[in-house]
Amino acid sequence: MLRYVLRRLGRGIVLVAVVAVTTFFLLYAGSGDIARTILGDAATEETVLRKQQELGLDRPVSVQFGEWALHAVQGDLGRSWFSGQPVVDAIGSRVAVTLALVVGATLVSALVAVVLGVLAARTGGWVDRVVQAGSVIGIAIPGFLLAIGLVFTFAVTLGWFRPTGYVEFARSPGGWLASIVLPVTALAVSAIAGVAQQVRGSMLDVQRQDWVRTLRSRGLPERRVVYLHVLRSAAGPALSVLAVQFIALIGGAVFVEQIFAIPGLGQVAVQATGRGDIPLVLGLVIVVTVIVVVVNLVVDLLQGWLNPKVRRS
Amino acid sequence: MTLSSPPAEVPANGSLAASARRPLFRRVLHNPLGAVTLVFLALVVVAAVFAPLLAPHDPNAVDARNVLAPPGEAHPLGTDPSGQDVLSRLLFAARSSLLGALTTVVVASVLGVGAGLVAGYHGRRFEASASAVSDLLMALPTVVMLLAARSVIGPSSQATMAILGIMIAPAFYRVVSNAVVAVRHELYVDAARVSGLSDARIIGRHVLTVVRAPAIILAAGVGGIAIALQAGFDFLGLGDLSRPSWGGMLNTAFSVIFRSPQQLIWPGLAIGLTCVALILLGNALRDELERTGGPPARRRRSPARSRPVDEPVHSDDDRRESTADDSLLDVDRLSVGYDQPDGSVTVVVPEVSLTARRGEVHGLIGESGSGKTQTAFSVLRLLPPGGRILGGAIRLGGQDLARLSEREMTEIRGRRIAYIPQEPMSNLDPTFTIGHQLAEPLRITLGLGRAAAKEHALTLLARVGIPDPERTYSCYPHQISGGMAQRVLIAGAVSTDPDLLIADEPTTALDVTVQAEVLDLLRDLQSESRMGILLVTHNFGVVADLCDRVSVMREGRIVESGSTREVFAAPQHDYTRMLFGSILAGTEPRGPLAETGPDPATKGLPA
Amino acid sequence: MTGPLLDVRDLVVEYPVQGFGGTPFRALHGVSLDVRRGECVGLVGESGSGKTTLGRAVLGLAPVTAGRIDYDGRNIGHLTRAKRRALAAEIQVVFQDPFSSLNPALTVEQILIEPLTTQSVPRATAIARVRTLLEEVRLPASAGERLPREFSGGQRQRVAIARALALRPRLIVCDEPVSALDLSTQARVLELLREIQDSTGVAYLFVSHDLDVVRHLSHRVAVMYGGEIVECGDGDQVTSRPRHPYTQRLLLASPLPDPEQQARRRAERRRLRSDGEQVPAGPR
Repeated sequence: MLRYVLRRLGRGIVLVAVVAVTTFFLLYAGSGDIARTILGDAATEETVLRKQQELGLDRPVSVQFGEWALHAVQGDLGRSWFSGQPVVDAIGSRVAVTLALVVGATLVSALVAVVLGVLAARTGGWVDRVVQAGSVIGIAIPGFLLAIGLVFTFAVTLGWFRPTGYVEFARSPGGWLASIVLPVTALAVSAIAGVAQQVRGSMLDVQRQDWVRTLRSRGLPERRVVYLHVLRSAAGPALSVLAVQFIALIGGAVFVEQIFAIPGLGQVAVQATGRGDIPLVLGLVIVVTVIVVVVNLVVDLLQGWLNPKVRRS
Repeated sequence: MTLSSPPAEVPANGSLAASARRPLFRRVLHNPLGAVTLVFLALVVVAAVFAPLLAPHDPNAVDARNVLAPPGEAHPLGTDPSGQDVLSRLLFAARSSLLGALTTVVVASVLGVGAGLVAGYHGRRFEASASAVSDLLMALPTVVMLLAARSVIGPSSQATMAILGIMIAPAFYRVVSNAVVAVRHELYVDAARVSGLSDARIIGRHVLTVVRAPAIILAAGVGGIAIALQAGFDFLGLGDLSRPSWGGMLNTAFSVIFRSPQQLIWPGLAIGLTCVALILLGNALRDELERTGGPPARRRRSPARSRPVDEPVHSDDDRRESTADDSLLDVDRLSVGYDQPDGSVTVVVPEVSLTARRGEVHGLIGESGSGKTQTAFSVLRLLPPGGRILGGAIRLGGQDLARLSEREMTEIRGRRIAYIPQEPMSNLDPTFTIGHQLAEPLRITLGLGRAAAKEHALTLLARVGIPDPERTYSCYPHQISGGMAQRVLIAGAVSTDPDLLIADEPTTALDVTVQAEVLDLLRDLQSESRMGILLVTHNFGVVADLCDRVSVMREGRIVESGSTREVFAAPQHDYTRMLFGSILAGTEPRGPLAETGPDPATKGLPA
Repeated sequence: MTGPLLDVRDLVVEYPVQGFGGTPFRALHGVSLDVRRGECVGLVGESGSGKTTLGRAVLGLAPVTAGRIDYDGRNIGHLTRAKRRALAAEIQVVFQDPFSSLNPALTVEQILIEPLTTQSVPRATAIARVRTLLEEVRLPASAGERLPREFSGGQRQRVAIARALALRPRLIVCDEPVSALDLSTQARVLELLREIQDSTGVAYLFVSHDLDVVRHLSHRVAVMYGGEIVECGDGDQVTSRPRHPYTQRLLLASPLPDPEQQARRRAERRRLRSDGEQVPAGPR
């Protein structure tokens, strides 16, 4: 088991490194005349050159990378070209907000999806058809469209929530909760749909296995067969889908934060992208990749616990 | 092989073959959902292609005096906050949406399908690196990476969509390489290689046909994702602002959500409906494929139209005795059927009657499709989904099992009836240890404590001839051999000291030397506990080895029944005699090859 | 007609093992066997004995690590793909599973024409040949336009046999061709194989786990255990009066379809086992 964990951890570190190298070179090689962009067209040739030296852009990309990497492993991801703020600070102040949204949406969707999926697989009939149809629509509707629909319905028309804005948890836990209900819902719908579909499918698959019949033949009560044995085997594939959904939710948060005016990573990302603030963009990519690696590691551990066969591969 | 799976829908031969051969596209048109979505998508394509002809205005023409106009003659869908015609913008925006989606789908499918074919078919080194790249891309958060790309390449939507195609290519790669690997292991591909087909022809003929359908389904889904993401980027203002886009229109509308919320309707509908239509189309495609291209429907003679019921031949007087005290299981005119989707019922066992006695091994022998396994599952009341007992009685010690509730039946199973399956490896839950699977029923049915259950399970493992019970107890099923697994299953079946043991082809999946040991074990266990065994098999040798009595089954009926000795010595029914006639054991050996054998085949093909 | 048609000498087959530094899995440890023209050589063994691997090696579907496979005097153990393809008209195959050995998407005619058109037989000739082939395996001419799933297991196996016969090969590797079939079907398919051999003079390498099946069809029989041939000789002798302890054990373990004879055989097996002879003197 320890070897399995170490191998997964090693793979995660390699993934971060590979992403860092490729993104750095692609961004810095493709970024064009940054100094000119920052200073605007009015700047003289001389000031542009000075700005380039200041940013270290006059040196070869590989040298720049070496310097960046050396700082990065010490936790320093450079400074924003535009605001001059350290990238780590710019991201650090926002990351908790985004994680609250994404983790909240993941937990909600895991819970709801398991209930819906099990219900559909167990009862069949119209319940099953409703869950299936709902899943297809939930997967198909883009999250930002849903978010707009929620704002329009619950904030603009019904006035139940404030349409936009974010309340710090420390300031008012109740206000915080109210401010994330709609965004979390907007995010969770597609994840619920995807995971519920998988739970339903793998429950049905597992129920068809020979060993389920054999367990029943041993006189085990139906509830025990389904909720202990079948669900455990079905949980593996569902967990994989949940992990994929988590990654997708980080992307979805970019849109949802914009619509609800929530000061998370998504807002930083959109701003940095629009301006071409390369150090900030690079920092975001690295941070998000680390989050993804950590989540995948946790999921892998859970998989190993669920299914002993996985531990060997 | 017995009919252990429920019969799939078995439509009349002609229609089955015809529908399978109809091209997928035509089949989708006959699916209501498929037809609706295809028509809608076709309309979107027409709107995009003919936008310059259909649009009443220049989509970028600004009319500052006529902002947020309601729908009217000049502007069928009204105007937006800067006075631009909504309909015209909607039509022109369809162009960039479809073009973007097309770019993504083409890039992703060309890269993914190509790499998948090469990796799946040639394997090894290329596959290792391609899979590594694919895993890497799949682990990345797509939106964040696209934002990063956008920060360098600027607001070019086509380039962004091409990058999305690269990011999403692993989806195609995975589907295709998995399908190809699966096909490569099919015997018909081996046969094609032996037939001298080149790799290119094998891929073209045997592999591409398998990959085509899943790739098309995936393409529909990817198209939906592409349209949604592109609209999302336009909505964020990161797209090409110089031309109309659905996402951009939505952004404009969102900014006036309090003043004029109806502005949201048209771009919202355009994005939502197109995405939903693409996903639904993919679903319709899959439904159509699964309907006819699924697992082969095993053809069976319909037992319903077999000859009028002839009374089974009884080679001794066991009919008279069947009501005697020693009767353990009495199956009386049992019939079994499967509900079909169209509401009809397919009868797989029309009427079967047999009696198994206390302390006796009763063999139930028949060929595939004879209904012997269905009969065994009926006694356990564990028929596959859709299957049910249509009539008759299954009496076990005065109770009619056919009439018990699910809850009452759970009380019977494990305590009074036990079951040994055919395939040892697939009948153990892979996620629990052997020990857990043995001890759990003991604790539930016998009410043993944790320690007592473990002790009992260890004794059982030792009894069935497992060399190191302690070690096996903590093993997972994949860590033991098939022969060991079957011993574990036998231990589980006898653990609760049942009156009746149903053994469904218990040695069919085993090697002959292991089979002999398992038969010995069953014989010893049976003589120790005096339980009755109903042994389902197709093997006359197994019957001869173990059974006191035998019933021969054909098309869901018993044709002959009697003591093994008598039936084997003098089979009465024609069918039984035919089966005995097919037995190879004891037939003349072929003998050595004659020195002047037949001339070797002349080469060359007929003119 | 000099020398055997197929001559396998000291054949070693190894499969690479996934991962670094794993010693490859050795499926065959130096196997020697020959098949003469028109002869049926039975190859018996339990799962993992290497019998299927030997058949696949002859077909070019398993890697030859060492040793020779001579066909008609020519070593075919290490042919290139292109040269191997030319052998399609010489060596053919019938597999065990009649469900997966036929492409479910192709009609029987398409399946049977495939090997012919690959050898550039004109289409009209090929279609005529398909008709004779169907006749040869006792399938109705109308079978050609139907899909494999419309046939029973025995009928599918007949299609597979027809495909093997299409190019008039001189050797057919039969890999458990009747194991998945019902008893009565099995007897009829074996009868068909025997008739075909009598009329065409094709040779069979007949792989099976069933001593009775092998005995019925084979002139000579080889017994495999743990990747080696432990006994080889006249079919009747090997399957009725085996000399090697493993073959004896195999024979005694197969139940006889007669309660009294089987009781005797069982008693003898149990006596042998209690004598401590249960470990065969086979290889590792």
